[in-house]
Amino acid sequence: MTPLTAADAATRLREQFAVEPVVDGGQVTITVTSEHWQAAARFAHATLGCRYFCFLTAVDWKEQGMEVLCRVENLDAHVAVLLRTRLAPGVDRCPTLTGVWRGADWMERECWDMFGVRFEGHPDHRRILLGEDWEGHPLRKDYAVDTPHAPYR
Amino acid sequence: MEVKPPVPQIPPPVWTEFKDLQEFEKYKQHRADDDKTSNALTSIADAIHHMPGGWIVTTGTDKIFNWARKSSIWPVTFGLACCAIEMMATFASRFDVERFGMVPWASPRHSDLMIVSGTVTIKMAPMLKRIYDQMPDPKWVVSMGSCANSGGPFRHGYHVVKGVDRVVPVDVYVPGCPPTPDSLMYGLLKLQEQVAHFQRTGERLPAAADTK
Repeated sequence: MTPLTAADAATRLREQFAVEPVVDGGQVTITVTSEHWQAAARFAHATLGCRYFCFLTAVDWKEQGMEVLCRVENLDAHVAVLLRTRLAPGVDRCPTLTGVWRGADWMERECWDMFGVRFEGHPDHRRILLGEDWEGHPLRKDYAVDTPHAPYR
Repeated sequence: MEVKPPVPQIPPPVWTEFKDLQEFEKYKQHRADDDKTSNALTSIADAIHHMPGGWIVTTGTDKIFNWARKSSIWPVTFGLACCAIEMMATFASRFDVERFGMVPWASPRHSDLMIVSGTVTIKMAPMLKRIYDQMPDPKWVVSMGSCANSGGPFRHGYHVVKGVDRVVPVDVYVPGCPPTPDSLMYGLLKLQEQVAHFQRTGERLPAAADTK
């Protein structure tokens, strides 16, 4: 069996999800809809052998909505897959990946903490870094950083 | 798709508009009332002093007591960030503040001084206040480094207290990022002057800044 290459991974992803992957070195980037988010993750995990979960984070594109992205890696073949999905403007709900990678748990909690993205189906959906009484999500673009509010600012 | 980078809209700080700062000013005015033990001792000393011949006792012993209090300031070991490394260097043998009678003590209940060495986050501020509250009166606070003085480089962050003087009253501000052990020692000597002044008069000097 020949080892998986990034071009192979791109071909399989193109066949499976009818999207155009971008190959950059050993990294394949695909953008899927949020309905296909879990399916793409399961495909990367089972078929492409991406067992290593690097990170999951979000980007706030202001009035164009949020973008959630996560990078997973096949450490044997040195192939990485960057999954991206766009949430519609005003939507803060995204399917969870904790069923695929257990390591997604804390990253999704951090993403909820900082960006306010709700991960549906997450087993322990709480804040992870900030205090429990924190108001707002500080890495959003509309978060007013310098607003003096109680008690120490 | 093109998204323009955000234009930072940070107004310059207007000190009088901060509610916490106004409350701090109010607290500082009433702070002398908190030093109840010292007030009681002062009144006893005053009574002895005004007895016939009592001044012979008080003037002699006062000098000794003031010297002893000034030269036995125990700071609580309380490091928050990278400034704590410089604080440790100050306590260690090369700079050796133990020759000023300062022993880093691991309990706030036996300590006179808290050196706030580093960034105070909003999550850490209640713990800092609790340690300050556990120290017996009269107590002293040295704010060490830019972060503790004003928030420093993290001033416009979302998670940093913009100056530890919004949480506890500060006696000496030591600037620097981080301050060298020499700066901190200069600040501690300034603090000794403040302690001596407080023991002589029962009044606290206004906060000193190490501006050499």
